[in-house]
Amino acid sequence: MYNKKECVAMLLAGGQGSRLYALTKKVAKPAVPYGGKYRIIDFPLSNCVNSGIDTVGVLTQYQPLILNDYIGNGQAWNLDRIHGGVHVLPPYQTATGAQWYEGTANAIYQNLSFIDRYDPEYVVILSGDHIYKMDYSDMLRFHKEKGAECTIAVIDVPIHEASRFGIMFAHEDGAVYDFVEKPKEPKSTLASMGIYIFSYKTLKKYLTENEMDETATKDFGKNIIPALLENGEKVYAYRFDGYWKDVGTIDSLWDANMELLAVNVDLDLYDPSWRIYSNNDSAAPHIIGKDAKIQSSMVTNGCYIDGTVDTSVISGGVTIEEGALVQYSVVFPGATIKKGAVVEYAIIGEGSVVGENAHVGAAPETIENKDEWGVAVVGNDISVGDGKTVAPKEIISESI
Amino acid sequence: MSYNMTNVLGILFANAHEESVPELAAKRTMASIPFGGRFRMVDFLLSGMSNSGMSKIGVITRANYQSLLDHIGSARPWDLARTDGGLTLLAPFGRNTSTGLFRGKLEALYSCISYIRHSDCEYTVLSDCDLVINPDFHNLVDAHIASGADITAVCHTDNYTEDETREASCFKLGEGGKVEAVAINRAMAGTRTMDLNIYVLKTSLLVSLVEDLVSLGKYSLSRDVMQAKAGDLDIRAYEFSGFYRRICDLESYYDANMALLDHNNLSKLVMSERPVYTKDRADAPAKYGFDSNVNNSLVANGCVIEGVVENSILFRGVKVGKGSVVKNAILMQDTVIGSNATVSNIITDKNVTVGDGITVSSSEKCPLYIAKGRAL
Repeated sequence: MYNKKECVAMLLAGGQGSRLYALTKKVAKPAVPYGGKYRIIDFPLSNCVNSGIDTVGVLTQYQPLILNDYIGNGQAWNLDRIHGGVHVLPPYQTATGAQWYEGTANAIYQNLSFIDRYDPEYVVILSGDHIYKMDYSDMLRFHKEKGAECTIAVIDVPIHEASRFGIMFAHEDGAVYDFVEKPKEPKSTLASMGIYIFSYKTLKKYLTENEMDETATKDFGKNIIPALLENGEKVYAYRFDGYWKDVGTIDSLWDANMELLAVNVDLDLYDPSWRIYSNNDSAAPHIIGKDAKIQSSMVTNGCYIDGTVDTSVISGGVTIEEGALVQYSVVFPGATIKKGAVVEYAIIGEGSVVGENAHVGAAPETIENKDEWGVAVVGNDISVGDGKTVAPKEIISESI
Repeated sequence: MSYNMTNVLGILFANAHEESVPELAAKRTMASIPFGGRFRMVDFLLSGMSNSGMSKIGVITRANYQSLLDHIGSARPWDLARTDGGLTLLAPFGRNTSTGLFRGKLEALYSCISYIRHSDCEYTVLSDCDLVINPDFHNLVDAHIASGADITAVCHTDNYTEDETREASCFKLGEGGKVEAVAINRAMAGTRTMDLNIYVLKTSLLVSLVEDLVSLGKYSLSRDVMQAKAGDLDIRAYEFSGFYRRICDLESYYDANMALLDHNNLSKLVMSERPVYTKDRADAPAKYGFDSNVNNSLVANGCVIEGVVENSILFRGVKVGKGSVVKNAILMQDTVIGSNATVSNIITDKNVTVGDGITVSSSEKCPLYIAKGRAL
């Protein structure tokens, strides 16, 4: 009954994103808002659709409620298909017991039967942690040209950041000869983007073998890729030089939002040839009130802005009252900033309320000891009482 | 009597009253006229019906309906892509009249009488698409059943101007809100009870009225039913007291858009418990540049604003360049205002371009309309 697909994508969306603290308390990381109207998962999902991949398995585990609800039947990304489309794949029980996803490789292994139904030649493995626009069909062409068993997308990173990534060593033609996961003293700057294309037969073989090995951590970076290299399989690095941002930390999430406001943006969200789709509720356009002042900012449908907004990203359904000031901040959907409140260098969580004359965050130039400065965070669905203060770098997940 | 809202058929007349806004309806139906930054007129009634639990809705078109077909698509945005029922576009059938097109609503209904009959719905709600409104049809149908009336007509009592009553029906009400007489197109200023052209009645009554009157050569719902039958039938008025605007000319279209700049009006119209749905376009959020200065305006996603904007409605994807000033304007989808241009008191239709340094303005009471796709 299932149409054969040349290529199926598997999107690993089970991550907790613990370094986003209060923002991922009840939300899986791929469902964290970004850029006003998006959630992180919109980027890999839209990339799939724009690359001609119409069958996507989304592997969920941690706090899946909002993510499942958001993905729905996939219609927002044109992924409600008769054959294929988007499928949410949570861990499940079998006759022999139940097992959580134990690692990235194990998560795919547990869903081989899903992939088998489409009998694909190739499988793309994606993560829900990054902001980027990429044509996976170009990468697939490269994979075929090289006759590779596995192709890993890589990007040049500054040497001082290389120790955060899986680092590849490749010949001029892209053939990978070594791989080190998060090296303490990196000797190469080719970082793995966590995007893999496998020839499916090879993937299945290695996942099954890995599963037999009881000492394995069942992880792509730690087990599967090293095993491929050890056995002399053809592994290639595919260089990507566009905008790519890991938004796994408070600072990088804030940075990535601020980068959208630059005069020359590296990530063009207004390009009609590569749209980023998102599942939005139908709100009216936003109102800019009589007392509003707004510049260098992004504002989404459903907002009511009567305060001052400068260099900020404002998500849908946000209210910013008269006399409030929001600058260098990211405000998540449905939040309210009351009269006279000041929000600066901060992230305000979904549905949270910043009370009258409250003060969240501070400008770095006002802090003498720079170590004490950082982005302030108000978690989701909480409130900051009238006149209360949230210090820079402070992260609150309960109302104050 | 037991019923639920899936047992209520909705019929929308997509083309009614479009002669009153010839500019905006030149290449589209009344139903597909853009409104309020991202909506089209049909969205209000369609969303209201869908939110009220109605699941079978027929949209009757007469001509110029390409934009409407494009807008409605599978009707999924209004949750009306259903296995059973959902939204049906009823294109002109064309028999029975010499012109091939129906002359009035009775003939229009006659051309789709089998659709109405086969809906198996006990009640039918009829409406035009010239209203900006968010009605709860559940309350309306409840009131209709409770009163035992033959027809219930939604109306609003207010102090109207001559212009507002020029192309409208007004009721003379008797005891219990019974419609005793109907004055059509009388252009009489004063406190009037205006017919909003939303009716609910039993489907069986509708079918017999249509068949009987069409066989007599009659075609006007307002003249041949509402006016002529006001004595014979029990027609009751149902006062609608929420926010609404009726589009009866270009000025009222302009004013109705501007009314949404009042946050109270907008939140009454687009209530979170009864949202107004529309076709989405995957635009990024609106972006405000470094020198932008925007006041008292309604701005949709996809806009990029680098100039000054005051008292204006900006539809999706509008661009306002550096040094430009936009005042008292309605700029429809993808209008591009270059740099150092000045526009005021104008309505630009879709894809209008105003070049660098150009000034276009009109006086405050009569907005200038610029047709779709024109480059100035």
